[in-house]
Amino acid sequence: MRHLIRRIGFYLVALWASVTLNFIIPHLSPGNPAQALMARMRGKLSPQAQHALEISLGVNHDPLWSQYVQYINNLLHGNLGISITYLPTPVIQVIGQDLPWTLVLVGVALIISFVVGTVLGIIVVWRRGSFSDSVFTPFFTFLSAIPYFWLALVLLYLLGSQLNWFPIHGGYDSDNTVPGWNLDFILSAAQYAVLPAITIVIGSIAGWMLGMRNAMITTLSEDYVLMAEAKGLTSWRIMFTYGARNAILPNITAFALSLGFVVSGSLLTEIVFSYPGIGFAILQAVDNLDYALLQGIFLVITLAVLGANFLADLMYVLLDPRVRLGGS
Amino acid sequence: MSTKEISSNPGGTLLKIKNISVDYHAANGTVHALTDVSIALERGQILGLAGESGSGKSTLAYAITRLLRPPAEITGGQLLYYPRHRDSEVEGRLKGSSRANARAVTTGNMIESTDAVDILQFSPAELREFRWSELSIVFQSAMNALNPVLNIGAQITDVLRTHQPAMGADARRKRAIELLRLVGIAPDRIRSYPHELSGGMRQRAIIAIALALSPELIIMDEPTTALDVVVQREILMEIMDLRERLNFSVIFITHDLSLLLELADKIAIMYAGRIVEMATRGELRHQPRHPYSYGLLNSFPTLHGPRRRMTGIPGSPPDLRDIPPGCAFHPRCPLASEACHNTLPTFLPSTPDTPGQLVACHLYDNRFNAGERPTNAEFAVRYESAYEAMQGTRKAV
Amino acid sequence: MIISSSTQSTAMLRLRDTWRLITLNRKVSFGLAILAFFVLIAIFGPLFFPKDPNTFSQDILQPPSAAHWLGTTQTGQDVLTQLLYGTRFSLVMGFLIGTLTMIISIIIGLVSGYFGGWIDEVLSLATNVFLVLPTLPLAILLAAFAAYRGPLTIVIVLVVTGWSWGARVLRAQTLSMRNRDYVEAAKASGESTLRIIFFEILPNEISIVAAEFLGTVIYVILAETGLEFLGLGDITSTSWGTMLYWAGNNDALLLGAWWWFLPPGLCIALLGAGLAFINFGIDEIANPRLRTEPKGAKSSKSRKATAS
Repeated sequence: MRHLIRRIGFYLVALWASVTLNFIIPHLSPGNPAQALMARMRGKLSPQAQHALEISLGVNHDPLWSQYVQYINNLLHGNLGISITYLPTPVIQVIGQDLPWTLVLVGVALIISFVVGTVLGIIVVWRRGSFSDSVFTPFFTFLSAIPYFWLALVLLYLLGSQLNWFPIHGGYDSDNTVPGWNLDFILSAAQYAVLPAITIVIGSIAGWMLGMRNAMITTLSEDYVLMAEAKGLTSWRIMFTYGARNAILPNITAFALSLGFVVSGSLLTEIVFSYPGIGFAILQAVDNLDYALLQGIFLVITLAVLGANFLADLMYVLLDPRVRLGGS
Repeated sequence: MSTKEISSNPGGTLLKIKNISVDYHAANGTVHALTDVSIALERGQILGLAGESGSGKSTLAYAITRLLRPPAEITGGQLLYYPRHRDSEVEGRLKGSSRANARAVTTGNMIESTDAVDILQFSPAELREFRWSELSIVFQSAMNALNPVLNIGAQITDVLRTHQPAMGADARRKRAIELLRLVGIAPDRIRSYPHELSGGMRQRAIIAIALALSPELIIMDEPTTALDVVVQREILMEIMDLRERLNFSVIFITHDLSLLLELADKIAIMYAGRIVEMATRGELRHQPRHPYSYGLLNSFPTLHGPRRRMTGIPGSPPDLRDIPPGCAFHPRCPLASEACHNTLPTFLPSTPDTPGQLVACHLYDNRFNAGERPTNAEFAVRYESAYEAMQGTRKAV
Repeated sequence: MIISSSTQSTAMLRLRDTWRLITLNRKVSFGLAILAFFVLIAIFGPLFFPKDPNTFSQDILQPPSAAHWLGTTQTGQDVLTQLLYGTRFSLVMGFLIGTLTMIISIIIGLVSGYFGGWIDEVLSLATNVFLVLPTLPLAILLAAFAAYRGPLTIVIVLVVTGWSWGARVLRAQTLSMRNRDYVEAAKASGESTLRIIFFEILPNEISIVAAEFLGTVIYVILAETGLEFLGLGDITSTSWGTMLYWAGNNDALLLGAWWWFLPPGLCIALLGAGLAFINFGIDEIANPRLRTEPKGAKSSKSRKATAS
């Protein structure tokens, strides 16, 4: 329990840090480009919205601390400013629309890649020195260095554009289906998600696989695995209950730590596929100098990553009695 | 429990290690970890293996259990095991399946017994069957030998579930509690995880696991090295007591020869992958024959032996990739002669009075030494002068 | 005197041994070969193709041919020339940013691990916070608000977002080193704290620093390309990332101009894989258990005896 409370405390600090970074960054840049933008926007927004936007973009002339207080206050009321791209839609609404797409796509792809990668890592160690290890390991090393968005481009070109196996653009068939809880839409969305999901899985799987491989190898040379072997247990039980069960602990930690990296790659993937998620919103925000939207996206992604980290923590606590029960 | 009683043990031979050699294939040369090692172990006996680190004693333990992993490789020899004639289910299966093997391996050699099985010829299934039910092992480090994510109970019962599938969950639990009681652990600890136990408790738990299937032989690889002296003593007493009651054989591995002088029936001294002396503890305590045995004996203060100056053995163990020719010990031996540099000593009875005390040293071979056999006093003098010579060179530098 | 010269020669020997170990490892040799290939291209490639990579021409969207080995872009630029200059840019950026990032990682990791106490509390909290913050969105935010877009912005952004991983690993290592005998000895002999940290402890962590450096360079090249692909770099410069940016913006994909977007990505993946191979090789040298076991060295009979 004490462990979990400490972790929650840490996440609160991390959350505060990201909120504060979000506030500080606009103030750091000398000729803040948002200033020019605000000049252009004058008159197009209500005075209230104008004021909130000025604070979040750091172009307001109130004392810094008062800006900070107002900024926090706005955040607590869910007020992330107005999106310039979708004027005058509030940022929170834009994100609310895009977030589910990303959560489902990236969430499902991540779980698949983690599970498959981990199992592959176990298998190549089990068949150590065999064909699978000598071929898989170098191949996955190569895979781990491929940028997601380039992989997305290649898959898009080969499977989408050339072979026409999958739709290459968007999140669902907008001509023939209506978003909502109907089968047509869900099937269509699933079909559109296949290529981006494959990209994310291929892009991230190598990390889990190689991590699990190394953790497995280290674990298998532990005395307790040797003892399990001496006990005459089945190799299945040695591999899983003694090997993988211990080796997965560092891999879960690695999972939590590289989440931010994988999410970043996934966002770029969305952009290539024009997938209607957060990543695509980033591109539009960058193109339209929609600073408030960028800030909002950064906050929301951070929140999501912290949440996923917390889930990984819970998982770790469940799996490791040393953390669960405290002690030495 | 005198030496005499043990050597007349009616149980007969349990394990014959015959000419076992083990190599480690390393990038910069082959390490000869064991060369031509032969030992016979009687039922109910405690066999002590002693030697400095790198002498091959642990490698021998892993070879017997077939736990060596590449790059280690058993390059030759036999491990003949003599299953007990009892109507146990496990024994029956084991004997039945390996009888053909036994005959096959002894072809061309002197036939020992049609009942012997060669552990090295076991199929993976036979090996799994054999492990733990006939032979269990207590590892050096109690902290690392227990699976940190399984509780103690589960680590006992998984042995039972694998080897005695007919046993129900309740019976397994009962047996686990019984085993914990046997080694002095409270039954409510069955749910404890390794990190919740003290070092001594963990080692007791490992001994409980080792006893789970009442094996014939337990190999103990420095079972008390990691523990403090008081706990060490307790655990040793516990082991001796359990052996008295359950009558299993023990191969006890340690670098602490004085410990073996207290509890082993027979002691094998190892150097650079070979056995250099084999004797009962009485013989060894009275008069070690190999100069190395003497040196090893005097590296530790003994409770029983006469007081001697502790000089230790000069030099350090050889590089096993490049073992000195002749007697491997000759560069460090204060009694080495010309023959030791190029002729491998044979394993012979040391003196007519002690035919059971075998030693591989030219000092006891009439071809090389027709004169007197060295005594403790002479060993002491030679070691001391070697020690002083070494001190002298050190000062000169 | 005798002692110092002998330790020096053993140090030399150890260095030679390490070098032998490194070059004996197939993964390291393979990775080094790839890296050397790209370094040579970065240095000499542009000499053979001295044309400005941004020169427009009439040959628009040509597939690979004798005149344009890797084809041309929509504005008639030669893809191969761009690729060669891009290699130079991306390599320089990768190693420059990697070095700067590593310096910060080393300072924070070693100081945090060595001093402990509240200094460690604060520094490792900061490290862990930066570790969980999603880097790309943060980098995008920083780059978007920067007054000027160009290589310098990318350098700053990537250093700020990239130092935490190395710092964490080095802190853990330093923590386990600070009570070693040689550190105690240095303390007892009155060496200054800075000297102990950077001249006694750091040299002993050099293999970890090397591994983290390579990992950081991979991260930097990937992240740099990502930022440029989004248009957050200097889009008039020539790098692998801007090539992909222009390819993406001009629908190279829909036009079927695979020769435009394939080469830069392949280069990134190849270089990244080369660095990763060196990294895994170093891991294997530091932790021999990770080595792939040699095959076919043993007879089948003895293999049976050792297999378990």
